[in-house]
Amino acid sequence: MKLNLKVWRQRSNNDKGAFATYQVEANEHMSFLEMLDVLNEQLIAKKETPVAFEHDCREGICGACSMVINGRPHGPQQGTTTCQLHMRAFEDGDTIFIEPFRARAFPVVKDLVVDRSGFDRIIQSGGFVSVNTGQAQDGNAIPIEKDLAGEAFDAATCIGCGACVAACPNGAAMLFTSAKVTHLGLLPQGKVEHSKRVLSMVKAMDEEGFGMCSNVGACSVECPKEISLENIARMNRDYIGASLASDKTV
Amino acid sequence: MSWFGSFLKSSIGQKIIMSLTGLFLIQFLAVHLIGNLQLLANDGGQQFNLYAKFMTTNPVIKTVSYLLYASILLHAVQGLWLWSRNKAAKGGKYAVMAKESSTYASRNMGWLGIIILVFIILHLWQFWFQMKMGWLEMKTYDGVEVKNLYAPVAYAFKQWWYVLIYVLAMGVIGLHLHHGFQSAFQTLGLNHKKYTPLIKFLGTAYAILVPLGFALIPIIFFLFR
Ligand code: HEM
Ligand code: SF4
Ligand code: FES
Repeated sequence: MKLNLKVWRQRSNNDKGAFATYQVEANEHMSFLEMLDVLNEQLIAKKETPVAFEHDCREGICGACSMVINGRPHGPQQGTTTCQLHMRAFEDGDTIFIEPFRARAFPVVKDLVVDRSGFDRIIQSGGFVSVNTGQAQDGNAIPIEKDLAGEAFDAATCIGCGACVAACPNGAAMLFTSAKVTHLGLLPQGKVEHSKRVLSMVKAMDEEGFGMCSNVGACSVECPKEISLENIARMNRDYIGASLASDKTV
Repeated sequence: MSWFGSFLKSSIGQKIIMSLTGLFLIQFLAVHLIGNLQLLANDGGQQFNLYAKFMTTNPVIKTVSYLLYASILLHAVQGLWLWSRNKAAKGGKYAVMAKESSTYASRNMGWLGIIILVFIILHLWQFWFQMKMGWLEMKTYDGVEVKNLYAPVAYAFKQWWYVLIYVLAMGVIGLHLHHGFQSAFQTLGLNHKKYTPLIKFLGTAYAILVPLGFALIPIIFFLFR
């Protein structure tokens, strides 16, 4: 299949950047990243600079493959990352716009690569359990209700890819932060520090310059792990609760 | 900073201000509609004028009305401020706009709000200001002297352009509330499968029925009075 690509090229953060047009011959079994590999081989053969894009696991678990494809983070397919998207989702002759994630808190490093270390700093502010919880527990040694474990696990599937921020018209990081707050806060080991964690993680999120949530919901629609908006509501009410009723300050 | 200051300044606190003022305005709009429906009484405005007098003289309602002015102001100023800060936090636009992942209203709350604000200013100028400045003629019903607010309303509702602006503004409020009603609960942390479907249903019903009720009054006046 022949594709017409409009790829965002930007030499560095200071560069203005613009779209460049390329033609690529791909086949429908390729993943989207493999199609970009083909493009880069073409560019290298012509002694041009290849397109910089992030990738690592190529199986939907690391969250590295950040890019916006025809206006949608991770492309048009529901519940998958860019590396899990195959060219059969497109038609021969399609024009595809490929852009970096856009948000003030995710500055462009080069081409499609953005700096998502803001997420790391949100995690560092409280996305952990500070006591040593030892080895993996024996099954059922700590009783946890099945529904609760399920909810915590759903939230824990967040891979920190940043698609939620990229999809949000406000560049807000509420879906990511609330998924992290939820997955720790619902379990007994994480519950102990829950109030402090909510306060610190929201504070860190605000300090990174992410926007405020307008409940638009595009984050959850574009999230490759389909993290639910219920997590944001839970974080909001726990934040209200921790602000009004706990002794913790951050 | 005090705990309360940092709470209000946080992104969540900022949104709670929007949510609480928005919910207060939602409640007010329903009361306002009940008042306006009395315009349809077909008694030359007697019932409506008596109701208007009650609403402007009863001390409890007067107190609540100051809360209302403050809420509208706070909601509008805060809304536009959040909107511009959020645009700055986005920092750019995509070449292709993905319309399928969110609703029109949710993406355009700021624009819808600006239109509502312009309408509110026009609306206050036309009716509320005239009432407050004592520019209205007086009428007496059974010995009770009241301002004849009915007269400028009935006059305005006979102007096709005013009726058109009014009906369009109600459409805009409907869109604002279609997103805003359920959003206000989500902001407060109220989202659960037990009751969220009900909130969404009530929000849709409110966003359709209340603006429709408002819009029908000038249409009836224009066509049949
Ligand atoms: C005076 C002009 C108005 C302006 C400029 C305005 C602006 C806004 C903006 C920008 C938002 C989105 C805030 C965000 O989610 O980031 C919003 C939300 C909202 N507005 Fe308005 N608005 C106005 C009038 C109204 C009126 C008259 C009502 C109700 C009758 C209303 C009810 C709401 C509600 C319920 C929300 C949702 C709050 C939330 O998401 O928590 N607004 N408004
Ligand atoms: S919530 Fe979803 S979109 Fe956001 S970082 Fe986690 S996995 Fe990615
Ligand atoms: S490369 Fe790891 S999720 Fe796509």
